[in-house]
Amino acid sequence: MALSRIASSTHASNLLKPLSAALSIRRVISSDSTDPLTIETSLPFISHKCDAPPRAVDTSASELFSFFRDMATMRRMEIAADSLYKAKLIRGFCHLYDGQEAVAIGMEAAITKKDAIITAYRDHCIFIGRGGTLLEVFGELMGRICGGSKGKGGSMHFYRKQTNFFGGHGIVGAQIPLGCGLAFAQRYSKEENVTFTLYGDGAANQGQLFEALNMAALWDLPAILVCENNHYGMGTAEWRAAKNPAYYKRGDYVPGLKVDGMDVLAVKQACKFAKEHALKNGPLILEMDTYRYHGHSMSDPGSTYRTRDEISGVRQERDPIERVRKLLLAHDIASEKELKDIEKQVRKDVDDAIAKAKECPMPDPSELFTNVYVKGLGVESFGADRKEVRATLP
Amino acid sequence: MATLFQGLPSSTAFSSSNKFNHVPAPTSFSERKSSIVTVRSDARWSPVLNYATHKPQRLITNAVATKADSSLASTSSKPGHELLLFEALREGLEEEMERDPCVCVMGEDVGHYGGSYKVTKGLATKFGDLRVLDTPIAENSFTGMGIGAAMTGLRPIIEGMNMGFLLLAFNQISNNCGMLHYTSGGQFKIPVVIRGPGGVGRQLGAEHSQRLESYFQSIPGIQMVACSTPYNAKGLMKAAIRSENPVILFEHVLLYNLKDRIPDEEYVLSLEEAEMVRPGEHVTILTYSRMRYHVMQAAKTLVNKGYDPEVIDIRSLKPFDLHTIGKSVKKTHRVLIVEECMRTGGIGASLTAAITENFNDDLDAPIVCLSSQDVPTPYAGTLEEWTVVQPAQIVTAVEQLCQ
Repeated sequence: MALSRIASSTHASNLLKPLSAALSIRRVISSDSTDPLTIETSLPFISHKCDAPPRAVDTSASELFSFFRDMATMRRMEIAADSLYKAKLIRGFCHLYDGQEAVAIGMEAAITKKDAIITAYRDHCIFIGRGGTLLEVFGELMGRICGGSKGKGGSMHFYRKQTNFFGGHGIVGAQIPLGCGLAFAQRYSKEENVTFTLYGDGAANQGQLFEALNMAALWDLPAILVCENNHYGMGTAEWRAAKNPAYYKRGDYVPGLKVDGMDVLAVKQACKFAKEHALKNGPLILEMDTYRYHGHSMSDPGSTYRTRDEISGVRQERDPIERVRKLLLAHDIASEKELKDIEKQVRKDVDDAIAKAKECPMPDPSELFTNVYVKGLGVESFGADRKEVRATLP
Repeated sequence: MATLFQGLPSSTAFSSSNKFNHVPAPTSFSERKSSIVTVRSDARWSPVLNYATHKPQRLITNAVATKADSSLASTSSKPGHELLLFEALREGLEEEMERDPCVCVMGEDVGHYGGSYKVTKGLATKFGDLRVLDTPIAENSFTGMGIGAAMTGLRPIIEGMNMGFLLLAFNQISNNCGMLHYTSGGQFKIPVVIRGPGGVGRQLGAEHSQRLESYFQSIPGIQMVACSTPYNAKGLMKAAIRSENPVILFEHVLLYNLKDRIPDEEYVLSLEEAEMVRPGEHVTILTYSRMRYHVMQAAKTLVNKGYDPEVIDIRSLKPFDLHTIGKSVKKTHRVLIVEECMRTGGIGASLTAAITENFNDDLDAPIVCLSSQDVPTPYAGTLEEWTVVQPAQIVTAVEQLCQ
């Protein structure tokens, strides 16, 4: 019905416009509605040593609407970062997440801000998902003091303590033991929270993953290891790097679930299921089958190891934002125009944030020495407890 | 300003040097003339031992320099209790675990086995398996796990069964432990303590005789301390646990069975302070960990020969206590560094550079640094003896330095 309405309005003369306007007032579902809506995931879940969750996902119109808006923000942000990098305002490494937004958004929808998330260097969007602002992102990417880490971390070091986002790590796989440590602390303090430790298909071959998995399984830590499988470890395809690319099965004794990572509702369902599982039974591996449109980083064109047809094929068939757009239109939650307006607004927000971040100053040279130690060291000799200065070193 | 070094009678203006003619029993290395000013856990100052002020004109800053204590009296009349160094470490650990429920230990065989050097013996029965965690043999991961737990506010103590094994965890220690506070813009602090025995033991072989302080010293954001007596072992352990920064506490395999008397009252030492072991006039000898004892042995010989060495146990390997060291250099004008690290890139090399940069005008002679040989530690006993610095070499070095 929605499609025919659109078709008629594009072919319509002025006569039909008031008609379509009248029709739109009597929309079936409003975009603020929180009435439950059940939608099936496009692909089934494939499980390893556990029962797969049902394909029917509970959501609501407002949730879908927010998915669209948030994913559009992330997409726009990453593309803007691409231009900023080419304009040499962002230097060093810049790993972009466009194409993978569904994983970040779906995960956030299933958990609370008390649950912890830790990831590797492709962290701009997870930071946004955890409550970071666009200004903090662009400020940090451009090395300004308004950045999330005061400009001292850079693209690979976004953190947000108040919403339990633990970064932002440059070394492949090093965040996995940290993630198990977060889960250990959650178990130690008897909190009913879980930790999502994200890593890529490249890191899935690291020894420390299996060491950490062993410990998490041994002590029933509430750790959920999420493999964001975008099928390429930098330039090496997964079948060239892993003997067994079924990453959800590689936990062996740890149950696993393979999820269509481009379907935000599937991600939401899987993460919800994983949280319940981890709180009762210990660790779980989620393999998100996703895809990145950009290369590994900005210095990688992304087309030497895969064909442009492949990239555009995924973009046409599996793009996460397009899926949500189609859902919104099919369930008549929003109109084409509204969605376009949102995209325009998002574009404006991103441009505003960039402009504001550009005005922000660079860190002062004295900032070089702050935060090396807690409470500044090397100049004064403190007593234990750091409460009194005992001597000033010459 | 040159002073006569040769032929000075042993009864110099410093009466404290005479005390060293009283040779203490070989097993109890009670040469502890350590920092007395301590801070109790409730931040009140409390003097622990009585000061025996023989020479009131010596100006002592309240932080660092020490007075000779009244150790002439027999050990039985001194307050405190006697214990071995590993027991002192355990006492410090136990007190901190009782005081703060966020403190936990993790490492290989620390729980049910009681620790390979008995430092954590009995703690698992007392505090439970979660607080004294037996980990699988996966140094990289359990170090990372400890660091991750510390990001949320726990205070783990990560034990490496031998310091050398922590090389496997170097990535976690360097990148995550040292740098997270900086790269997160101050959001996360990592209050971990990484501890373990290192150093050359008794014929343990090359891989188990490593001195890791030289590898870790460049990592920004961490602190390193080395304990050498039961007194400073307990104090440094407690200070390290209470510190908000990551601290690496270096213990030595051969020092675990040192017996000494420590105070009954609670005390915490400062992580950045050096310890004045023996005040002197002629030469400053800087040392740490096991070499302190070789130096003190050499000091006995030197005193008999008429020299008056000032011995400082630097304790804090990162950052160096340049305040104490500087004061000493300004007094004696000659420096000898005795360390167990390798010659290349060791703590002595950094210390030499630091002293030369800061106190070059106060030096009458180039700094001499005695370090271990740049070889893997051999198994044969005689060869192993020759990789580390021996007291005879220290005596020769001081004699040459003081010419």
